[in-house]
Amino acid sequence: MHLPDGFLSTPVWLACDVVAVGALYAATRKSQRQFEEKTVPLTGILCAFVFAAQMINFPVAGGTSGHLLGGVLAAVFLGPWLGCLVISLVLIVQCFLFQDGGVAVLGANILNMAVIGTGLGYLLFALGKKVWPTRQGYLAAVAAGSWFSVVASAAACALEIGFSGTYPTGLTLKAMLSVHAVIGLGEAIITTLVVTTVLVLRPDLVTTYPVEVKA
Amino acid sequence: MKTSEILIGLGIALFVGAVLSPLASTWPDGLEKVAEHYGFISKAVEKPLTPEVIPDYAMPGIQSESLATSVAGFVGTLVLYFGGYALARGLRRAPGGTEPEKPAHEA
Repeated sequence: MHLPDGFLSTPVWLACDVVAVGALYAATRKSQRQFEEKTVPLTGILCAFVFAAQMINFPVAGGTSGHLLGGVLAAVFLGPWLGCLVISLVLIVQCFLFQDGGVAVLGANILNMAVIGTGLGYLLFALGKKVWPTRQGYLAAVAAGSWFSVVASAAACALEIGFSGTYPTGLTLKAMLSVHAVIGLGEAIITTLVVTTVLVLRPDLVTTYPVEVKA
Repeated sequence: MKTSEILIGLGIALFVGAVLSPLASTWPDGLEKVAEHYGFISKAVEKPLTPEVIPDYAMPGIQSESLATSVAGFVGTLVLYFGGYALARGLRRAPGGTEPEKPAHEA
């Protein structure tokens, strides 16, 4: 759901750019802590994988496609702050190297997918794994959080379009939520499959997985 | 992470970005579909504000559409691997970051 330039009014994209810069500053400061050496190549791999997976549009109902956003995937491995920076870096490269997503609205795209999507999706995931502290519960939390990240991003995107006066807010919100509720299922399936696989092979790479959890 | 594990991870990403990418659905994504349906897709600015480098995930100068997508995916995946690596490395070195206790190849 990369916004192109033209969908948002100048005050809205300017406001989004300002908020995005603030959020990136906070994420950078927070990411400077909690670091293990393996996090460095792992961040590279996650950036590469999220970019690659975003190229794979999968068909959903009604002649529409969707692709992975990857925010919760990155956050499950790296924590929410570095996860947010991973998605931001992907969006920045897509914007300037591939002309995917507008330049003026880059802040809005970062805000929607890297900050709001990753942040709210991660919060639901963190809550879920706390209330259901088993391996199944953890994976269910991964699925729920990743689904929610897509829906939350879509809602933010719709509100920005509405506030810009491009199209009425209510209708845009309804349409964006209904299509992304389905695309989110793809997000949940891919994210859960990847996390499940890595938990079998190298559980220590999944830094949010609590070691005391019973299998 | 061992070098072999890093290469496996990067290899999977490259496989997705370079081999699977031509198979992706060409249907409009959720936002485009909504914009088409409600008729505001025409508001999208066609000409990007910055120079076109690899527009539409197709490497310029390659005739075959699939190959152009594959090469674009390969390049982008590599750029993001090194970009992500540099980002994390930079965060570690920045003031307030923790320095590694062990050399990278042992961690």
